[in-house]
Amino acid sequence: MSRRVDIDSARHLAPEMFEKISRDRVGAEEVGRKSLTAWQDIRIRLLGNKLAMTGFWIIVVIMLCAIFVPVLSPNDHFTNDLANTNKAPSAAHWFGTDDLGRDLLERTWKGAQISLFVGLMAALIDLIIGIVYGGIMGYYGGKVDEVMNRFAEILYSIPYLLVVILLLVVMEPSLTTIIIAMSITGWINMAWIVRGQIMQLKNQEYALASKSLGAGAMRIIFRHLIPNAMGPILVTLTLTVPSAIFTEAFLSFLGLGVQSPVASWGTMIDDGISAMTIYPWRLLFPAFFLSLTIFAFNVFGDGLRDAFDPKLKK
Amino acid sequence: MIRYILSKFMFMLLSLFLLITATFVLMNAVPGSPLQSEKATSEQVQKNLEAYYGLDKPLIVQYGTYLKNLVKGDLGISMKKKFQSVDKMIASSFKYSLKLGVSAIVTSVVAGSVLGIVAAMYHRKFLDNLAMIIAVIGLAIPSLVLAPLLQYLFAVKLRIFEVAGLNGPMDYVLPTIALASGPIAFIARLLRSTMIEVLNADFIKTAKSKGLSGYVIVMRHALRNSMLPVVTYLGYLTAGIITGSVVIEEIFGIPGIGKYFVQSVTDRDYPLIMGITIFYAIILMVTRFLADIAYVFVDPRMRVSGGKAGK
Repeated sequence: MSRRVDIDSARHLAPEMFEKISRDRVGAEEVGRKSLTAWQDIRIRLLGNKLAMTGFWIIVVIMLCAIFVPVLSPNDHFTNDLANTNKAPSAAHWFGTDDLGRDLLERTWKGAQISLFVGLMAALIDLIIGIVYGGIMGYYGGKVDEVMNRFAEILYSIPYLLVVILLLVVMEPSLTTIIIAMSITGWINMAWIVRGQIMQLKNQEYALASKSLGAGAMRIIFRHLIPNAMGPILVTLTLTVPSAIFTEAFLSFLGLGVQSPVASWGTMIDDGISAMTIYPWRLLFPAFFLSLTIFAFNVFGDGLRDAFDPKLKK
Repeated sequence: MIRYILSKFMFMLLSLFLLITATFVLMNAVPGSPLQSEKATSEQVQKNLEAYYGLDKPLIVQYGTYLKNLVKGDLGISMKKKFQSVDKMIASSFKYSLKLGVSAIVTSVVAGSVLGIVAAMYHRKFLDNLAMIIAVIGLAIPSLVLAPLLQYLFAVKLRIFEVAGLNGPMDYVLPTIALASGPIAFIARLLRSTMIEVLNADFIKTAKSKGLSGYVIVMRHALRNSMLPVVTYLGYLTAGIITGSVVIEEIFGIPGIGKYFVQSVTDRDYPLIMGITIFYAIILMVTRFLADIAYVFVDPRMRVSGGKAGK
């Protein structure tokens, strides 16, 4: 409706309705917005996302605590102190002590070291295998892709946790075993993400240019294609960490993970549950930091995904 | 479409076969015999025991026998539980796990869908933010943490529910919440994002311009088109519920399969581990297969192109 009115009123135009623009106002032709590279754009969007940045700073603080608290704290994480068992949080023991008198502040952050180590290592191994496998699948396509993809699909259809548990039954429970067991099927998701990206990118002009200059497949994949597929890869990587941390806690809870006296959030929660009615702090501290870490990685990963999504550009 | 279903079915059988074989190989790769005990047994007794379990035959024969028995539904005999048969142990404990699992799945789908729909309908408004905060918290707190917290709060402090055990329908409430919280959050986020996309589609504008009410548009037009990813997720949801139930049954003292599984792993009771692994695998692969078929019926595009539209 309103457009019709505009057209009507356009019939009665008068000179005073116009503003004369002088020649020296060249600025009108300039692009209003500063031109940004893709990475600058992503950084701005990520920095503007409050929730994601909260997640980021929580991760940083937890990492710093995991590194420095066990070093700085005067207590030791597996020295028993049977005179001070099950003490509530106090000035001497900020998080209290457990049934063997071990300092829970110390154990919580030792546990954080293990959780973060498992999470980051699992993500790193997924990344390496996923990029190589997915890169080859996506770049060569055809028969190679079909065979490799079938193999991945079959491996993927076997329930992840059953494989992990079976392997842990067979191998000695240890940190290395957990990481190996998680990596056996963990890389597949990453490989599929990389494959999809490479398939899209390999026909771009810059890849063809590099090929016509005589570059080999590996050089094209790793120098040209992978750097351009970094967005989805980083997002997947960030979201792998919390699930790996959770799996470690889960396995340790079932007694298949790290073994006492080494502390892990899973084993501490397992210990804490039996004592929760009388000594709730033994459950609350590891439970809180496990949840907080998983939360932080999840919201940061979500924010990263939004930042890489050009559809959300303002 | 029949070709699509058949190929999915063959794929399922192949994966199942590979898993069974891998399990068998792994269990036999473990050093030491499960029949070893601290008590010194005479060589004759040891031999008789091995013959009883068929362990004196070559591996390939044992494998054949295992497969043959498996088809008949015979999963062998537990080595630690006073010679009970594994399939009877699974059958007796499955009813508890099934009830818990089904109630958790139904809760996840219903509550997750409601949250997701509300969030999408009130996109960028207060209810959307509220639903998404609930979802992020649900994702962040693992069942491992949520279960003891619920127990502490509602059973120990407020005394609304029993701490552990299964005597009435009320005893399913806390374990169900603990199991479903993660999936609820996941479904809510999944449904919200697809629904927001669908609500911007042209056919929704048509429906609006026809004068349909918001409720009818969402329920009859948008929901069906937004459910596709949720249907795909159902297969993985079952996997998540099974995995979660291992921990939840342990924490709440529910005599389900998960509890046996944990026990069998700590006891190194190989026939029981194998039996439960295969049982879990069958459930998971069958649900994933059913989800694949359901997908064909939900997505009209799949019917026309005979299964080429999907991945």
